[in-house]
Amino acid sequence: MNDTSAPLRHLPATREGDAAKPIKSELLHINMGPQHPSTHGVLRLFITTDGEVVHNVTPYIGYLHRCAEKIAEGNSYHQYIVYTDRMDYLAAMNCNWGYCLAVEELLRAGGMEFEIPEYAEYIRVIIGELNRIASHLIAFGTYGLDIGAMTPFFHALREREAILNIFEKVCGARLMYSYYDIGGVKWDLPDDALEEIKIFLDLFPDKLKEYDELLTGNKIFVERTANVGVVDAATCQDYGCTGPVLRGAGVSWDLRRNDTYSIYDRFDFDIPVGKGLVGTVGDCWDRYWVRMQEMEQSSRIIQQAVERLPARGECMAEMPKNLKAAPGELYTRTESPKGELGFYIVSDGGPVPFRCKTRSPAFHNLHVIVKAGQGQMISDLCATIGSLDLVLGEIDR
Amino acid sequence: MTQLLGGMPIMADLPGWAFTLIAMSGVGIILLLSIAVAVMIFSWAERKVAAYIQSRYGPMEVGPWQGTLQPIADGVKFLLKEDIWPTGADKPLWRLAPLLIFTGAFLSYVVIPFGPNFIGAKLDVGLFYIFATSSIVVVGIISAGWGSNNKWALYGAVRGAAQVISYEIPLSLAIMPIVLHVGSLNLGEIITAQRGWFVNWHAFGNWGSHGFAGILSLVSFQISLWIYFISSLAEVNRVPFDLPETESELVSGYHTEYSGMKFAFMMLGEYADVFVVSAIAVTVFLGGWYSGIPVIDRFVPAPLIFVSKSLFLVFVQMWLRWTLPRLRVDQLMHVCWKVLIPITLANLFLYGLLRTALA
Repeated sequence: MNDTSAPLRHLPATREGDAAKPIKSELLHINMGPQHPSTHGVLRLFITTDGEVVHNVTPYIGYLHRCAEKIAEGNSYHQYIVYTDRMDYLAAMNCNWGYCLAVEELLRAGGMEFEIPEYAEYIRVIIGELNRIASHLIAFGTYGLDIGAMTPFFHALREREAILNIFEKVCGARLMYSYYDIGGVKWDLPDDALEEIKIFLDLFPDKLKEYDELLTGNKIFVERTANVGVVDAATCQDYGCTGPVLRGAGVSWDLRRNDTYSIYDRFDFDIPVGKGLVGTVGDCWDRYWVRMQEMEQSSRIIQQAVERLPARGECMAEMPKNLKAAPGELYTRTESPKGELGFYIVSDGGPVPFRCKTRSPAFHNLHVIVKAGQGQMISDLCATIGSLDLVLGEIDR
Repeated sequence: MTQLLGGMPIMADLPGWAFTLIAMSGVGIILLLSIAVAVMIFSWAERKVAAYIQSRYGPMEVGPWQGTLQPIADGVKFLLKEDIWPTGADKPLWRLAPLLIFTGAFLSYVVIPFGPNFIGAKLDVGLFYIFATSSIVVVGIISAGWGSNNKWALYGAVRGAAQVISYEIPLSLAIMPIVLHVGSLNLGEIITAQRGWFVNWHAFGNWGSHGFAGILSLVSFQISLWIYFISSLAEVNRVPFDLPETESELVSGYHTEYSGMKFAFMMLGEYADVFVVSAIAVTVFLGGWYSGIPVIDRFVPAPLIFVSKSLFLVFVQMWLRWTLPRLRVDQLMHVCWKVLIPITLANLFLYGLLRTALA
């Protein structure tokens, strides 16, 4: 493993007599992962270090590759929904939504006429935002773990549990939902689900305060994350970073607002951006803080959606059983918790897509580590990886 | 112990060296067993404290109540585990490390004053002895990291060595004002200087002997207490200074490659150390075996008071562990060399001035 071709460095001699024989030192190559506690799955980082300082980071991915895009080419439009669950398994609802929306847009572009019931659109927003909160809760909890605080993780899981219970009532599954369908949602909300959502919304603001007390303002936490892993707006643009990473860099860009889809234009919500409150704009703390703020905004959206939820009605549009899109291609993007989730579908008119490319946000967010990780300490590298909120299921697909 | 054995008819006939040998081994075995039992209780308590803080149950299944027998199940598991040797391990160092780590912690128990008559050895250099023996742990950490032939373990070892050696300086300097005040390194004498009401504890400035100047010594000793406590967390690698382990960065630090009983010995050493630093804090600052209210001292056995005070400090350490994030390695060194050491030096100097002025 100690590659002999590694650059040798000659440290300056400390005493005059030592000048003849300078201390030779080598850079140390280490594999961080694929089994490592802070790489959030099976990410492998090949790092070159000099003591505690990281000189180079090279991410190696593909350990969770399941040929999802190829599978899409052999399955009908409906059948592929279950595979989108397995992309971002922490926000499966949002992945379902992104895919279903992409197919719907493709069908519309091909001339098919249908209307998604308004009731279904509201359910989509409520469930999608709940899943965004659940995903950010995991990001918050695991970030605590990366920094060394174990307790926030359990507190975050407690609230996520409440959301998963709601999802279980809604669709029977706790992780792989496949609840969204092309043309609406598969089932109506059960009677008591709405009550549970309301209870959750009542309790959640207090929990957010609890998290802030535990971690956000903690002196050690701020010391560890402020001015660490700075990713500025220009770098985000270079690497295609989106979502909280981009917003953490101070850019107010949210597809729910900037390229609005579904019924997001009807709701009143803010787009939190990193302001560098404790350090530089775009540092780890900013990305963390943006997520915390987004949870608050998501619960605001849910609150409004629950209040305005139309009377119970159809939750599926009239759709043919065997979908066939007219030949053509379309790229549709949505704002998943991790950033811009896009599906690029090419149809040749058959019952299966000719090509279904996924633009996953975490894939693009990951690669900024190559730049942000240089010159950091190992501990900071862990903090930076955590702040990017990577899900390997989505990166590898 | 010596008196007890000396009273036995068989023992009286033995030559002096054999008698000493038997008596010392007896004391050693009793200490070893009580540490093992104490560590078992600590590991259960730590899990329960963690569970309470994290709103879950912790061990519940093994044993009649609240998983109390869980440590025994863990012990059996440790015994039955396969002893894995990493390829290319430096075998002598690898084998030596757990023993050194455990011995370093174990040796300190010899001088810990559980009660007026419960001291293994009444050494006049008691405090000095504890600081000396606890340094052995560093050698164990280094040899564990190097012997494992694992880069993460090596990182843990280097961090651990840097940290433990650095923090020994503020740790021992923080206690110096009290040593100056008492005029002895003997742990028993440091405690007897604090007899009577709790205002006589060094943490509260030892009013009895200082009188009016007590307010100044209160400030000095309080600074000492807090710096001692912070440094002792680093000395025993507890959060927020658990950098040698850092399970999120270095997998598990210097004991990444250890399994079975070797790992168990390292655990044993760590928890034993946690108790030692708490016991020293109780001895030096919190009145040792005195309860602080003279009436209570007549009824309650001294070891009970001493141990319960120490256990409270152990609890505080657990509490911190499950609440705080951890520092980065350079921040850790910054805190030690640029904050704690200057403060302790200034504190020692000012307290010396105060004593000279009063004398």
